[in-house]
Amino acid sequence: MKLQHLARSEMDPMAVVTRTEAAHAKQARRLAGRSDGDARAGAPRRGTLWALSAAGLITFFGIWWLAAVAQLIPAMFLPTPLAVATRFVELLAHPFAGYTLEQHLWSSLQRYLMGLALAVAIGVPLGLMMGWFRWLDYIVSPLFETLRFVAPIAWVPFAALWFGTGIGGPVLIIFAGAFAPCVVNAYRGAKQVDERLLEAARMLGASNRMIVCEVLLPGALPAVIAGLRVAAGLGWMSLVGAELIVASSGIGYMMVKGQSAINTATVMSGMIAIGMVGALIDWLLGRIEAFAMRHRRRARN
Amino acid sequence: MLLAIRSIRSPRLACSLATLGATLALWYVLTSLTGVVGPSRLPAPIEVWQALLQVAGEGYADGRLDQHIVQSVKLVLYGFFTAAATGVPLGLWMGQSRRAQAFFNPIFSMLRPIPPLAWIPLAIVWLGLGDAAKVMVIWFAAFVPCVINSFAGVRNLDPALIEAAEMLGLRRAQFVREVMLPGALPMIFTGLRLSLQASWTTLVAGELIGAVRGLGHLLTQGSLDIFPAMIVVAMLSVALCGWLMTVVLGAIETRLMPWRPSR
Repeated sequence: MKLQHLARSEMDPMAVVTRTEAAHAKQARRLAGRSDGDARAGAPRRGTLWALSAAGLITFFGIWWLAAVAQLIPAMFLPTPLAVATRFVELLAHPFAGYTLEQHLWSSLQRYLMGLALAVAIGVPLGLMMGWFRWLDYIVSPLFETLRFVAPIAWVPFAALWFGTGIGGPVLIIFAGAFAPCVVNAYRGAKQVDERLLEAARMLGASNRMIVCEVLLPGALPAVIAGLRVAAGLGWMSLVGAELIVASSGIGYMMVKGQSAINTATVMSGMIAIGMVGALIDWLLGRIEAFAMRHRRRARN
Repeated sequence: MLLAIRSIRSPRLACSLATLGATLALWYVLTSLTGVVGPSRLPAPIEVWQALLQVAGEGYADGRLDQHIVQSVKLVLYGFFTAAATGVPLGLWMGQSRRAQAFFNPIFSMLRPIPPLAWIPLAIVWLGLGDAAKVMVIWFAAFVPCVINSFAGVRNLDPALIEAAEMLGLRRAQFVREVMLPGALPMIFTGLRLSLQASWTTLVAGELIGAVRGLGHLLTQGSLDIFPAMIVVAMLSVALCGWLMTVVLGAIETRLMPWRPSR
């Protein structure tokens, strides 16, 4: 299945690493030969690793700071890290491009939540039903496969044409970014539900509606939530892209204004804000995912 | 889809074709035949065809369709290959040495949450509206999945294989060539595929914001002139090129890993 393959490739590779590393550690403990799953013998100690991590960060900020202080690149284009931090704090209090940083963020978040909610509300039920009703799968899949290759950001002209630049346009683009992972993961989750459960439900006389709501949805929940996480990330990225092009407020708009004023510190502050909110969203969904998995395991035992 | 068609049984194919046909028919009925949807909202199929002929023949937005496509594909390939050439080795190195991982991981996790599109304004400030800015942003977009997946590929190697290699006394170069690379290859390709998708999206966004040629520029010009048919042509070209590049990468993947069952 094309869709199933796609979903697997979008899985978080870091989660896979964590999982396999845990398994490797267990195996190593059992063999009691090595305490570390390293590819090479003589694994470094914890302290060394911490020092190296610190050294990495220091190198990064050090090079940045040196390049800025030594004026290798003019301050207009590369402000010092401290200057960026100061600018960030300043933006929280003083409006730039019409609003303060948190007002820009708030208007971005509103659009984001609307677009994401719309994508989840339509995408997840559609994916589940595609997993159950074969005719729906046959009808929707070809359209979906065709439209999927249109990059979400390429919807910008039509978004502006149909819905304007206020709320509607950006929401359509976020929707375009977040919709596909919702559908694909719900579909994959529904296809993975234990065949016996479906047969049992059918034998007990469950209606189609009951099967979708009470068998497929709970069974597919981990995949749905994993899809949500991918959708949230893609949606956030699409939002930034949308706001760079069509918007009159929001964090992306602030960055564009900073760019045309050649105010690099403002642009970097916007990047920091976007990164922090994006990381926060991902962390929250990760917690929800972990909670759902734990709940499921407990229910199974 | 050529690859997909062969593997799909005929009722599915028939259904797919019927659906696509029905959609086209619906599009025709809504626009040309009844005019329920106005031409400024959604262009009629015939208008799209004319727009395609126009851009392919005399050109539109400072170039013919093939010139726009060549420009976009060229930039994507520059960015993508630089990213693969830097990202994959870094990922392999991080996967294979815990010291390298400890050094690079904090920097990497700090920069990773910033979506590639958010680098566009910075790239424009630094490098202007030319090709260099776009290649920089594409490089950044494609770099992250390359690193993460190569890293994961090495870490997911079967420990039994590593121990066997050690026991057989493989030299380091041999280990890398015979065990690590083939073992990590599937994950590396997953990374490359994601990278390519990210590159393409980023390029379109970059060209939408500012360019003198390219498919994104075609989109922008179409929307400035309120020429919906041209927008559709540009969107379809974006989709077609994205799809073609994925297919080519898939073909390379099958060639490089003949031991894996082809999809």
